[in-house]
Amino acid sequence: MSQTTRPPRDALAVRPPAPARDVGARARSISRLKRRLTPYGFLTPTGVLLVILMITPIVMVVTYSLLDGVITNQNPAFVGFDNYVEVLTNPVFFTAVRNTLVFTISSVVVHFAIGLGFALMLNSPLLGNRTKGLFRVLYILPWLFTVAIVAVLWRLLLNPNGVVNYLLGAFGVTDGQTEWLASTSTALAAVTFINIWSGYPFFMISLLAGLQGIPRELYEAARVDGAGAWSQFLHVTIPQLRPIIISMALLDFIWTTQQFALIWMTTGGGPITSTEMLSTFTYKLAFTRYDFSLASASAVLVLLMSMVLAFFYVRHQKSRD
Amino acid sequence: MSKGAYMGRFIAVAGAAALVLTGCAGGAQETGSTTDGGTTTEGEVTLEFSQWWEPELPAGAFRALMDQFEAENPGITVELLSGPYASTKEQVVAGAAAGTMSDVVGLDGAWVSDFAQQGAIADLTAVMADVGYDDSELASQVQVDGATYMIPVVNFVYPMFTNDALLDAAGVAAPPTTRSEFADAAAAITEGDAYGWILPLSLEAPNGIQNDVMSWVWASGGSMLDGGQPALVDNADVSSATEFIQGLWDDGVIAPGAFTMKEQDKVEEFTNGRVGMMIDSLAHVNLIRESNPDLEFSISAIPADDGYDGERGIPYASWGIGVAENSEHKAEAFKLVEFLMSESVNSELSSIANAFPGNVGSVPDFVEQDEVFGTAFEIYQSGFPANEFTGLPVAEQLMRDFGEEFQRSLDGQQSMQDALAAAQAKWEREF
Repeated sequence: MSQTTRPPRDALAVRPPAPARDVGARARSISRLKRRLTPYGFLTPTGVLLVILMITPIVMVVTYSLLDGVITNQNPAFVGFDNYVEVLTNPVFFTAVRNTLVFTISSVVVHFAIGLGFALMLNSPLLGNRTKGLFRVLYILPWLFTVAIVAVLWRLLLNPNGVVNYLLGAFGVTDGQTEWLASTSTALAAVTFINIWSGYPFFMISLLAGLQGIPRELYEAARVDGAGAWSQFLHVTIPQLRPIIISMALLDFIWTTQQFALIWMTTGGGPITSTEMLSTFTYKLAFTRYDFSLASASAVLVLLMSMVLAFFYVRHQKSRD
Repeated sequence: MSKGAYMGRFIAVAGAAALVLTGCAGGAQETGSTTDGGTTTEGEVTLEFSQWWEPELPAGAFRALMDQFEAENPGITVELLSGPYASTKEQVVAGAAAGTMSDVVGLDGAWVSDFAQQGAIADLTAVMADVGYDDSELASQVQVDGATYMIPVVNFVYPMFTNDALLDAAGVAAPPTTRSEFADAAAAITEGDAYGWILPLSLEAPNGIQNDVMSWVWASGGSMLDGGQPALVDNADVSSATEFIQGLWDDGVIAPGAFTMKEQDKVEEFTNGRVGMMIDSLAHVNLIRESNPDLEFSISAIPADDGYDGERGIPYASWGIGVAENSEHKAEAFKLVEFLMSESVNSELSSIANAFPGNVGSVPDFVEQDEVFGTAFEIYQSGFPANEFTGLPVAEQLMRDFGEEFQRSLDGQQSMQDALAAAQAKWEREF
């Protein structure tokens, strides 16, 4: 009697002595794997930097905002959204929101108006190249100063005994005794003015570049159609500049809402709370009350507001692409 | 695959690895060394000492004192971490939070309570007991809950400065000694081309509340606290001082721009002869002399309430010193404290800093050489150093809270009594 048992399939399989075909397949699969991983290798430095510089701090601040007495307390307790409630029920927070909006909207609108006006002037064929060069240097000067210099300069100029009061008094415009930065009625306007002065060149340069890129043919065609200077401005210049205007306005809005140094160095958020901004409000929570949890909650709220603006900016950029 | 492509991949992978490794290495290094600001190498101890004093002293003067300490204490080296006051404060706050504070730290009295509550600075009462230090030679100690956390090394007092020429021109024969005399003098000066008094109330640096407002309370022996708790309401001393300042404001004798004015603006206005009187740190005497050598001014005690004849409190700011709780070399750190507080070194330090000593036996040499400083030293010795903000929790925020309400009152938005009540409510929350 014989019994034939079928050996397992694998046992029967006689492995060929590493034929050249399999070695080649393995090499190809390693090569494929390498090819697949290479992009990740290139992305890793950026990814690591993003995690270290962006994601980690944001996650930390959000975590801090949910704890009580973080940093100063060795065992901070989880308090949920209590810090957010405390910030949102603080009347000074809403004063800061209102001041920030007034400061930002006024700054962006006037930055645009002055920037466009000066850019049109510098692009005008009515002025010679030397004159344009001179004004280009003059107009861009405010942008070259650091915030600290701008703050010190305008503190001196707007001092009750300063040059501005002297000139206004001498020409009979005011009594020469105005406390520009120290009066509750003028302080917000004064810091907004300083911010406008220091920020318009950025708009001007960008709009000037845009103006120089508008094809002359469009103006010629408009003139052929009988359009005057105002019509050309409205129907050629503005539509051609619209993408730049929207991008610049959104960026300026985001940057201006985050302005801290100028306010801190000129008024410190005062008199009383008349120039209190979200940035100074948050700073005071962190560095004078040492309440880093409340400051984190305030910072997260500011981040959320900025993200709304950033969303519109990104959407606008995508639609352009 | 081309050689270039291989090279590209290599660079990408090496870059990523380097970043990760660098991150890991940084973390490891930090973990290993940050539990203690100082380091030990074969019996040698290096103490880190962060302070803002070195830049404010003549070049090399503070380092020379450290060299002397090192010579007297073989095996201990002092590494000075120096910066301006504001950045030192941020550094100390960050160090306290991260547990990386230097072994020895320069402290302002306004920070002490917070750091003590945080457990960042050591209980010096215990350290002094451990090393058997006799604290009777210390002029003052800043305590929290009965334990010393800061020792004032030198003190800068804030007397009243008067412009001699402006007072003469206004027909004021001598610096005022009472509030009535002060108000009359300020009014007389303001009738000329200058203002009578200057009051910095900036909310960015709200120390004007301490030096220029509460100093009136302390000068008449008053207090803003009761049993260590806020006592601004129903306090006759605080009420009369603040109402007095409100009166000066209403009379228009205070220089304009007060609400955003800082200490340096005050000094500048006085130096330029635009105000007749100010309350300021003695540390600014040399600055005023250098900026305006022709200016003749006098120093006197801050005027007291009419009829008050008790001891007058004189506001002061200190260069204080403390030891980090996380220091592994507390005994060595305290040797440095002991050295700075010793009679001879403290005399030397107060002489070069133009300040008054923290050691009761020390006498700075400028007291005998300079009439202005001599007068100030007499005022200092005849009264008592007063600064109730020292040791209070979030002291700067308390000044800012008071400053906001005080500004509202001066601006006519509320009465002074309402301002005091509002400030009291804010202070109670902070306490």
